[in-house]
Amino acid sequence: MAASAPLLDIIDLAVHFRVYGGILKVLDGVNFRVNVGEKVGLVGETGCGKTTTMKAILRILPVPPAVIPHGEIRFKGEDILKMKADRLGKVRGRGISMIFQDPTAALNPVFTVGQQLEAVIRFSSPEGRRLSRRQIHDRAISPLQEVALADPERLLRSYPVQLSGGMRQRVCIGMALSTNPELLIADEPGTSLDVTIQDQVLRLLHELVQKKQTSVILITHTLGVVREMTDRVYVMYAGNMVEVAVTHKLFSNPLHPYSQGLMKAVPRLTGGGVAEGIPGRIPTYQSPPTGCRFHPRCPHVMEICRELKPPFFKVDADHEVACFLYEGHGSAPAAEAGAQ
Amino acid sequence: MTQQVKAQEFGLSITQQVVLEMQRRNRRENLGRAWYKFSRNPLSIIGAATVSIVTLLAIFAPLVAPFPEHVKPFTDFANASRPPSLTHLFGTDEIGRDILSRVIFGFREALGMGVVVLTLVVPVGVLMGLVAGYFHGTWIDTVIMRLTDIFLAVPPLVLALAIASVLEPNLFNAMMAVSLMWWPWYARLVYGLTSALRNEFFVASAQTSGAGTRHILFRELLPNMISPIFTKMSLDIIIGSMLSYVGLGVQPPKPGLGTMVASGAKFLPDLWWISVFPGLAIVVVVLGFNLLGDGLRDLFAAEEV
Amino acid sequence: MNNGILRVEGLKKHFLIGHRGVVKREPITVKAVDGVFFSVQKGETFGLVGESGSGKSTIAYITVGMYQPSEGTIYFRDRDLFEDGLKRSRELRKELQIVFQDPGSSLNPRRTVRQILELPLRIHRPEEDPLQEAMRLLEMVELPIEYLHKYPHMLSGGEKQMVAVARALATNPSLIILDEPTSALDVSVQGKIINLLIRLQRELNLTYLFITHDLSLMRNVATRVAIMYLGKVCEVAEASEFFQNPQHPYTQMLLSSIPVVSDEEDAIKPEKIVSTGEIPSPVNVPSGCSFHTRCPHVMDVCRRIDPVMVKIGTGHIARCHLFEQPPENTSSIGADRSEVDALR
Repeated sequence: MAASAPLLDIIDLAVHFRVYGGILKVLDGVNFRVNVGEKVGLVGETGCGKTTTMKAILRILPVPPAVIPHGEIRFKGEDILKMKADRLGKVRGRGISMIFQDPTAALNPVFTVGQQLEAVIRFSSPEGRRLSRRQIHDRAISPLQEVALADPERLLRSYPVQLSGGMRQRVCIGMALSTNPELLIADEPGTSLDVTIQDQVLRLLHELVQKKQTSVILITHTLGVVREMTDRVYVMYAGNMVEVAVTHKLFSNPLHPYSQGLMKAVPRLTGGGVAEGIPGRIPTYQSPPTGCRFHPRCPHVMEICRELKPPFFKVDADHEVACFLYEGHGSAPAAEAGAQ
Repeated sequence: MTQQVKAQEFGLSITQQVVLEMQRRNRRENLGRAWYKFSRNPLSIIGAATVSIVTLLAIFAPLVAPFPEHVKPFTDFANASRPPSLTHLFGTDEIGRDILSRVIFGFREALGMGVVVLTLVVPVGVLMGLVAGYFHGTWIDTVIMRLTDIFLAVPPLVLALAIASVLEPNLFNAMMAVSLMWWPWYARLVYGLTSALRNEFFVASAQTSGAGTRHILFRELLPNMISPIFTKMSLDIIIGSMLSYVGLGVQPPKPGLGTMVASGAKFLPDLWWISVFPGLAIVVVVLGFNLLGDGLRDLFAAEEV
Repeated sequence: MNNGILRVEGLKKHFLIGHRGVVKREPITVKAVDGVFFSVQKGETFGLVGESGSGKSTIAYITVGMYQPSEGTIYFRDRDLFEDGLKRSRELRKELQIVFQDPGSSLNPRRTVRQILELPLRIHRPEEDPLQEAMRLLEMVELPIEYLHKYPHMLSGGEKQMVAVARALATNPSLIILDEPTSALDVSVQGKIINLLIRLQRELNLTYLFITHDLSLMRNVATRVAIMYLGKVCEVAEASEFFQNPQHPYTQMLLSSIPVVSDEEDAIKPEKIVSTGEIPSPVNVPSGCSFHTRCPHVMDVCRRIDPVMVKIGTGHIARCHLFEQPPENTSSIGADRSEVDALR
């Protein structure tokens, strides 16, 4: 893996929410790393905490119910959680940008595409504020061209409701990349789109990030998309990272029983029936299982799993798994660069 | 054991008993959860408490008020225009009546009129709205909504004043006038909700199952509208006070909070207590119902579509 | 010759959504379904695949009686479902049931599971004890009996969908339409529901009309598959033939775009056809063959003439100028029907 310092480094992050019945201990000590120029996937099912993690990075979690008891989110060495408002403002948009799952909800329906793009351009840099309206307008054309949208002038005058889902998503991508961020977080970018359009959009994203050398965090619950689009993958379950590996290794050899269960559950184009899936439900965060949070559903559960939370064990140069089944491989020292 | 025997007397199987017991327990649990949710917000509790106190005072007014006879025609010029004191906590008005007692009886008017009007208005308005909304786009919709528009075209208070000037301004006429102008608001509220909800899949499911219109309107759609309707009701309930201020409602010498504020206004600022206390009473009632309404809305809305 | 338990004949559904122009007032219609023919055999799982605007969900809603066809009709056991417009006898309603796509809105949030299940029971099986039957239905979908008194928001997505399945089973139907039953759910829950549906089909001798956009899932569920584009059927074949030997360019494009999780699957996907341009809106259906704007094999005739369905193999039909034999050009409706007949 990269020897230089990571672009984004989340260290032992915990996020709790104060709600009616008590405290939801959603994130339970999450470690996550993105190196420069990497495309990292984050795979997990509904409720596993992946969106919470991403919102924590940009500090857009609603902070009265949310509480961050411990953890650091280091972006280029600085801890985002400790940044002051103006520094944070510079990081958001220019350092880190985000695309959301539903492009319809992400675009304001009462403003034209042009108005929204121009707002991004104007506020994304100090020089932006000094540009004239003409200049800003001209600068708004290129992001639309980059995302292969025909007739950018007419698009700038259109309202989001006049565009198709795929076009809206591309507008969002254009907006997010127009500030040339170093890190792009894409939260389920293709999920609400048709398959052929999703394919188009993901290809486009791939090209653009290659061209601009942007690092990407791709969040999804669709394993096929991760396999095609990422260099390295984290698998997340109930607020913990349970496995991390270089993408092809995760798919050829999933180690964690949850990852194995997920892989088996995906229906194959080659046929073979539909596997049963993973028995049980995801745990409630109010009283999560002790020890390893997956243990109640694990086919290989052992005594120790109920008592201790497993650390990451390094099975391979770029394959680590948080599971006691692999204890023999020794734990990965925290300081080592790469996956942990 | 005896419970089991009793249940079997009714021909219920063991499993069905278990199910009924679960139902009982579930209802208790739902109520418990509802209370828990409701009580999270201290303001809702304040609202509920205020409304309870006011309601109790209204019901038991003759027993609670220190000078219940003062609500009937009564004069005592010796004790007139006294500021608040230990015997008369809210003071006395210009003809010697105890204001505290009159305020307590005034709660009757404040709530009573609202209760009567709402009992008339809500069923009519809701029914019209449901029917019009469900048959959105047909002639039924057009007829009902145009009728609603006609009544809505006149501002309520203006209509009230007009009626006050033409008809005898007694309580009965007031309630009729208010009912007539109030039902369209509920019709319109429910019409909007119904038009939106009728496209939901659970309605389609009931329709394709073959459920009748009555079932769909009252069992499928209406339960999903409880919170907006209740919220509106909680705000409307003080219609009485609002109207008596403009002279349409209880007439002097009967105590009405609005009337008291109006008639006491001319004595401001010297004999301030004659207007201020009834005014504060109105504030308390309105605020209480508002907070309660908010609490109920939050309670119901969480589980609705 | 077996006519199939469900027969769709020349089905069209056009929605009028407004008018264009102030003077001429040309109507703007959405051609959701624009001439569809297929038949479903008893006991099979007929898969309907397509992207947005294809009309697959509209066909489902028409079948179950939510909409009336603009043209054409649907036969159930050789009875015209729309003989009397949208009015349908109780016996007919009980035979055709549907499980909707979004479990969140297909269950009334203000009704308990028990009330939701008892509604169809009271209407169609009034002689039986609704409580007993509701309990039996929950057992059939492997949900605990305690759930009778729960409200939908207390259940997980998968559990809600199972209640929807139980509700569909309440009337003892012959055919169930499953409109994207697992699309809103995680993959680890999907398997349980699909296997349950397969088991129920065997035990209760059900016929399924299965609609989904997930081709990998379709591969493992359907016996025959039809793919739709902008209101018309493009290709129909038996499942294994459909996936191993897709002929229509749209089918190939779709199959080549899906993300898969293994190298074996990559190997059997058709060669990558990159989709260019947007999916046209059903308001503005392109002339001739509606797919011509995105087709890699587009020819001049494609822009002018809408192709007819032709037989290209046993039980395999496709609608594309690439397969047409030049001389015979019987009227398109005739050709469609005869080919669909040939499939039985």
